[in-house]
This record gives sequence, C-alpha cells and structure tokens, in this order.
Amino acid sequence: MNKKITFRVNGKKAAVEVPTNRLLIDCLRYDLGLTGTKEGCSVGVCGACTVLMDGDMISSCLTLAVMADGHEITTVEGLAKNGVLNPVQKSFIQYGGFQCGICTPGQVVAATALLEENPKPSEDEIKDWMMGNLCRCTGYYKIIESIQKAHQFAK
Amino acid sequence: MIPFEYRTPKTLKEVHAGLQEFGPDAKLIAGGTALVIMMKQRLVRPSCLVSLRDLRGLNGIEVEDGGLSIGGLATHREVESSSLVRRRLPMLAEAYHHVATIRIRNMATVGGGLAHADPNQDPPPALIALGATVKATSAKGSRVVPLDGFFTDYYETVLNPDEIITGLFIPKVPANTGAAYLKFLPRTADDYATVSAAAVLTLDKNLKTIVDARIALGSVGTTPIRATAAEAVLRGQPVKAEAFAEAGEKAKEATDPISDFRGSAGYKKEMAAVFVRRALDKALADVRQQARAKAAAKPKAKKKAAKKVAKKQRRR
Repeated sequence: MNKKITFRVNGKKAAVEVPTNRLLIDCLRYDLGLTGTKEGCSVGVCGACTVLMDGDMISSCLTLAVMADGHEITTVEGLAKNGVLNPVQKSFIQYGGFQCGICTPGQVVAATALLEENPKPSEDEIKDWMMGNLCRCTGYYKIIESIQKAHQFAK
Repeated sequence: MIPFEYRTPKTLKEVHAGLQEFGPDAKLIAGGTALVIMMKQRLVRPSCLVSLRDLRGLNGIEVEDGGLSIGGLATHREVESSSLVRRRLPMLAEAYHHVATIRIRNMATVGGGLAHADPNQDPPPALIALGATVKATSAKGSRVVPLDGFFTDYYETVLNPDEIITGLFIPKVPANTGAAYLKFLPRTADDYATVSAAAVLTLDKNLKTIVDARIALGSVGTTPIRATAAEAVLRGQPVKAEAFAEAGEKAKEATDPISDFRGSAGYKKEMAAVFVRRALDKALADVRQQARAKAAAKPKAKKKAAKKVAKKQRRR
C-alpha cells in the first residue's frame, strides 16, 4: 500500500510516493539519496539515525516516512549553509570530535539541536542531552570538548 | 514490517470510524516509538494504522481542580519541560525525564506510553503513587479509569480495543506531602530500570506523624506494582528510619521479578527494599524542604501585611 507524501527536507520541498511501511531513514537514504544519515541499532538506542523533525531530534529508524508528511526534516546534509559548515561541524573538525565517523552525523545533528536550545551548555547538560548518541570508538571526551567549544565558531 | 493501510483522521469521530472499520486488526499510532519496533519484529501485524498525529487540542497541560490535567497526545518531552509540571510536581517531570532519550521523548506520547503498558516504564509507578487516572474515550463516550488497576499483564491493560486515552489527570496533592521517584540504573543512563520506586508521603502539620503513604514499583513484575502492605505499615506511624526500612521489606514481598541481564530475581527483590526505603527518605526530605521554603517565605508575607495595615492607617 503506497501513499504520497510531501514534506520539506533541508529546506527543499520533496514529494515521494512511499509504501506505508517505509521507514523515514530508508526514505531519506534510498528515495532521496541523502546517505549522510546512518542506521546503527534500528531500535532507537544508538542515535546514528538522528534527524530533526520541525527542529526536534528524533530517531528516523523508528519513524514511518508517512509520519513526516507535511513536516520539515533536517538531516546532516542540511546543516551547512551555502557550502559553509555550521559551528558544530567546524568545532568537530577543529577539536577532533570523531574517530571512525559512523556516529558523527547523528552526533553533529544532536549537538546542533542542543546548541539551538542552549547555546552554552555545561558538561553535565551536554552529557544528559547526548546520552542517546553512542560512539563505539568511545571518543566521548573529544565529542564533549567539540560541543563545548562550538560557540567559538558562531558568528 | 508487512504493509498496512495508514489513516490520518483529523477528529476523534473519524478515529473511532477507522477503528470500527478494521476492528481488532487496527492499531492506533501516535509517536510510534514502541509500536514501530514491535512491528519491525513482527510481534504486531496490524492491517491498518490509525494515526492520532493530526488530532488537535489533545496535548495541553493545565491546572484542573488544583490538580494537573495532561492531554493524551502530550509528548514525554512536553511533560518533563513544562514549567507547570516542574513547579507543581517536580517528581513527575523527573519520571518523564528518565524515559529513554530525548529523541524518544520528543515522539512518545503520554497516552501511547500508558497504553503500551511495558512494566519497565518510568511514568506508571510515579503516576500510580500520585493517584492518577486516565480518561478512556470510545464512540460510546468516556470513562475515567484509575491507573492503579489499569495494567493487567505485560503489554495488557483494561482498555477496550475501541478506546483511546485522551487525557491523564493527577489530583491535587494534600498539604505536607513530598514525592520521589528513583530509578536504579546499574548499566546505562537510557536503560530500563533494574528496579524503580515511587513514593508519595503525607505528614501531619507538625511533620511528626505519617498520615498517608503511596508506594509503587516498576520493573519487578508483569505490571507496575502498588505496595499496599508497605503503605499500611506506615500510616499513623511516627516518622522514623525503622518504619521506612520495614516498608521496604513489605514492598519487597509484593514484587515478583524475573532474572535477566539487569539483575537476578533475588537481587532485584533486595534492591526493591533498598529503593523503596530511599524513595521514602527522599520524599521525606521533600516535605521538609517544602516546609523550610514556606517558613522562609512567611516573614516576607507578614511584612507585606504589616505594610498594608500601615498604609490603611495612614489613609485614615
């Protein structure tokens, strides 16, 4: 059973016909070619598939594509504006916020959502917010440092 | 996941019509965080999903009869960050904050969580201890169901297939009452509890005698468990550590946990006693803290009253 959905992805209008059982992550990756969002655990625990829906972070592996109909989705591809990386991305590069990189899109999207709500979070606030984004290389110190220093890159 | 029909009704009437059309094969979906996992694992195979996401006016959080009324479609995140909930029932905000991660809390709804009825959830013990009720609505009308007795087994409740949780009500908390919710998490911060305990403690006005106590536990049975025997040993007793320890032991007897990677059944039982005692300690600290805050605020009120009197006298 298919359904036509219309939503905005990274500021652009997208219209696709999807089977009702299509997950949002698969729609983003395979229907729209946005492969920046990764699938890790598939049960909403690891945070690799983090995207923003109307500015709130969600697990795209637990969200049906049809649930995004009429909403605004932001993926890691939508963070840079006109080819300029956002402060979180710059800070991750500057302060080594990643190792193997598989969790990075989720980390960067989650950290962007955090700074949107709380521009200068404390270490505890960062840990509480980022608790659902796992890094199996265990590069947490650098990830926390990158988020703490991201404000340096804000205009 | 097998394919299914997906309906997006805009009114409750249309929701009821959708449920009627597909009968027990239809499932309601709100945030979907629990249901989608079960569908992926093929534990649930609905022929139709009736989405509640386009309904309006069912996510409000407001004061009602001195208590709190929360719409069934309010998200966990909305409850935990509501200034109203944080001010009036910080323990409930904390219980909702403990659920999984922010991503889940942004999607998962209050009504959906309760209907899912996983005995490991955080809000149910807190809500049972607070004496909360849910409003279940079908095409035939609405009924109010106390949460104590609402859960009947793993993922089972007293709800009929055609009923929707449209609201949650937490009654006004009596004077001199403290509340606490504790979650024992030996593994990771977003895990289910090994055991969780909620306590609501009401003292007399001198803060010396226990007038009432309500205790509920999570993760130690097929449903959240209200520890009525533990409550009974506290009522009418003077406030003292021995009474809390005894209540912990009684609560332990009410539990029936299973052994899993979060602990053996025996360990969970022991921890149930410990965490009930600690929850009572924390609830007591909460009562005392509130009393101190009230006392600290009083002189100011007196000053204000005195000023008022002075003003009146000047006018004369």
